[in-house]
Amino acid sequence: MTTTDERPAGFENNDHKPVGHGRMLRKEDPRFIRGKGRYVDDVQLPGMLHCAILRSPVAHARIVSIDTSAAEAHPKVKAVVTGATLTGLGLAWMPTLSGDVQAVLATDKVRFQGQEVAFVVAEDRYAARDALELIDVEYDVLDPVVDVRKALDPSAPVIRDDLDGKRNNHIFDWETGDEAATEAVFASADVVVSEDIVYPRVHPAPMETCGCVADYDRIDSRLTLWSTSQAPHAHRTLYAIVAGLPEHKIRVISPDIGGGFGGKVPIYPGYVCAIVGSIVTGKPVKWMEDRSENLTSTGFARDYIMRGEIAATRDGRILAVRTNVLADHGAFNGVAAPVKYPAGFFGVFTGSYDLQAAYCKMTAVYTNKAPGGVAYACSFRITEAVYLVERIVDCLAYELKMDPVELRIKNFIQPEQFPYRTKTGWLYDSGDYEPTMRKALEIAGYDDLRKEQAERRARGELMGIGVAFFTEAVGAGPRKDMDILGLGMADGCELRVHPTGKAVVRLSVQSQGQGHETTFAQIVAEEIGIPPADIDVVHGDTDQTPFGLGTYGSRSTPVSGAAAALVARKVRDKARIIASGMLEVSVADLEWVKGAFHVKGDPEKSVTIQDIAMRAHGAGDLPEGIEGGLEAQICYNPENLTYPHGAYICVVDIDPGTAQVKVRRFVAVDDCGTRINPMIIEGQVHRGLTDGVGMALMEMIAFDEDGNCLGGSLMDYLIPTALEVPDWETGFTVTPSPHHPIGAKGVGESATVGSPPAIVNAVVDALKPFGIRHADMPLTPSRVWDAMRGVPRPPV
Amino acid sequence: MQVSMIVNGEEVTREIEGRLLLVHFLRDHLGLTGTHWGCDTSNCGTCVVWLDGEPVKSCTVLAAMAGGHEVRTVEDLERGGELDPVQRGFMECHGLQCGFCTPGMMMTARALLDRNPDPSEGEIREAISGQICRCTGYATIVRSVRWAAAHEANSPAGGAS
Repeated sequence: MTTTDERPAGFENNDHKPVGHGRMLRKEDPRFIRGKGRYVDDVQLPGMLHCAILRSPVAHARIVSIDTSAAEAHPKVKAVVTGATLTGLGLAWMPTLSGDVQAVLATDKVRFQGQEVAFVVAEDRYAARDALELIDVEYDVLDPVVDVRKALDPSAPVIRDDLDGKRNNHIFDWETGDEAATEAVFASADVVVSEDIVYPRVHPAPMETCGCVADYDRIDSRLTLWSTSQAPHAHRTLYAIVAGLPEHKIRVISPDIGGGFGGKVPIYPGYVCAIVGSIVTGKPVKWMEDRSENLTSTGFARDYIMRGEIAATRDGRILAVRTNVLADHGAFNGVAAPVKYPAGFFGVFTGSYDLQAAYCKMTAVYTNKAPGGVAYACSFRITEAVYLVERIVDCLAYELKMDPVELRIKNFIQPEQFPYRTKTGWLYDSGDYEPTMRKALEIAGYDDLRKEQAERRARGELMGIGVAFFTEAVGAGPRKDMDILGLGMADGCELRVHPTGKAVVRLSVQSQGQGHETTFAQIVAEEIGIPPADIDVVHGDTDQTPFGLGTYGSRSTPVSGAAAALVARKVRDKARIIASGMLEVSVADLEWVKGAFHVKGDPEKSVTIQDIAMRAHGAGDLPEGIEGGLEAQICYNPENLTYPHGAYICVVDIDPGTAQVKVRRFVAVDDCGTRINPMIIEGQVHRGLTDGVGMALMEMIAFDEDGNCLGGSLMDYLIPTALEVPDWETGFTVTPSPHHPIGAKGVGESATVGSPPAIVNAVVDALKPFGIRHADMPLTPSRVWDAMRGVPRPPV
Repeated sequence: MQVSMIVNGEEVTREIEGRLLLVHFLRDHLGLTGTHWGCDTSNCGTCVVWLDGEPVKSCTVLAAMAGGHEVRTVEDLERGGELDPVQRGFMECHGLQCGFCTPGMMMTARALLDRNPDPSEGEIREAISGQICRCTGYATIVRSVRWAAAHEANSPAGGAS
């Protein structure tokens, strides 16, 4: 284990436990800082070929003809494959994670700009790109559906005419809560405030794009796939189902992943193309999308048009929240969410408040845009839910002329109400909200900030203070409620202690930078007292690890972390029996103290876990009925989700001359229950806060009226650099979860969820002198400029 | 065409296409996969290497243009079994998560410290502003570079550790 006492001033350094939970440098870093990480594009196999995909230049068109003859004649080309070829193999269409189908390669029509039309396999990546230019596709261009508000017009072109009997662009209606009870509360409320709130389409844009290397062995009928996958086990099962390959002959390896953020949960057509390419050529085939392909075709997020309504008493008691949502799912319903939750966990839009009623009605539609929807650290749509409620609560504060902090505190669910059943049916496990809010206020110096704001306003300066308080629902999920395509959302874990007391733990979840090799070693160390440095964490390889559904929705610690703790306790239980034999006392007479069993009242008589491991594998008798070895395996089915919360405060300054928003300060106080590695938690929070600056101020995947994507490169899709973000100020409270074996809650997406409303609330607060109650993200200078001048909001 | 250059102190000569990008030359022809590729448009900086001591984005440099010049990549930061203080700083201060932007960030940081041994937070942010990290939110990268400045041999910022 590596620790150090030397820290830069102000560096968090609050735990030096010899083993287990606490700050610990990451076990994965030595390879990364040497440039020795192994990402998918680093995989080079003998004879490997390269795949490149031809994509649609238009949003909606019928394919009249495809001529591949010139591409096939290219001297370095080994294969050219179209939708027609795939139709012959039964692979032209594949199921999405939400029960729709998506074209692997277009057969009849193209339905979004960037859709896959054909692919080439060639000797090198440049030649593969050259050959794409030689494919001649004739399109009969159709009117696209771009404006989601017009998708259900009777005159709208039908996008999914591939579906039997489909005569409109409707996907589903969904509702939650009690419509009548909510209407009754609204009808009699003193104050009702409503606002149209848009969460625009954004993109997770991890630094590593999506890609894979497919290696199909014709002799053994075995497929090895190195893939940028957040869910290697689920992917393997789906490949088995889709391609008809036997599951035991498929090995999915997710090596080091350069960020995922939900964008690497779905199976994309490119993966299937590479697999087909390898089967067809008999050679390994690599496919790596470029940045433009990444931004235009894989894994968008959000795109909810929301009407938010809130009912309250005149003195600021919030009674009910109601919302109507129009969801743009793109051309295929590719949402990655549990089957019974087509809107993800949007149902937690009731936020952190004790309400009398709540209701949501949602309609999801097809448009001629890329599929996706659940990605970008959204915790299954909780980003949208929290943004809605935290924005509408601020609108209420504006109308009531109440301080937004006071309004929130007045309506918090109280600690004694937990576990708390919300009006939309969610069971919040634990929470103590006011201390978290108070801590944020204290770090920010809230009262002084308000005084400063008053002084600046008097001078005509635009300073804003934004507050947001969130509760998340993470750790999907209990198998009675949650599955993806019939696969329960449980996670397996195996722990094997070697004779010398070193150990290996095998996980079903997969790190994309979260530091699992460190955190999970710490979880196991805390339970069985073997130092983290002596515990190897194996993940990201279906041949090496037990089944489970992977890493997304902040589920690694809530689900797999619980599995790791429980499997370690199972090993410890066995170790206790072996120790009782070694010490010749009954099991009940043993006491466990960090890494050793002592005889109660006689601490001199003790055996360490390392002693026990050697005995378990050694010669000599073991207690009756006990097998040799020291290992265990479990599959953990969570009893509930975990519900982290947090209080965020943002301070912005707006240049009145340019309308440029500068985030001056950001205070984040998070409560994720038991903290395993504070350094890693802080890093996760920092990441999400930066996402928030991006979404609130910079990022949007926009389209023109013809359906051309306007955010197809990092020159157009703006992501925060070090200059757009402040030095984050973080703090924490600890409210353990009663529904998790070590009390931990997920934290990976908390800040992405909580920061956008804090920033937007700050900008709107700064614009209060203009009489502005709401403005839509991203609050670019032009949008803020328009808002200041009363220009109507732009359509999305 | 044939191109020769010094990469990490060693002369290499290869037969290449004139259009080959330096990033692909390093990765695919020399197997130096520590340098990453992320955007094509010089925005992300995961591909930053040194060309004659200056950080450049190797996705927008042709391998042929590097002919006759010296290239240094992340694989050369550790020398004689000793990690560069920048590498140690990134580990100590959690300046990385997924590790994808890290080589480019470290190469820029090393160049910054070579000309400015005691940079301020603002100078560090400016130096890395042509690069994107999606994981860290940058604050820990700034801390990492400050840590390195304080732990350089003969450091004016704090003395060697």
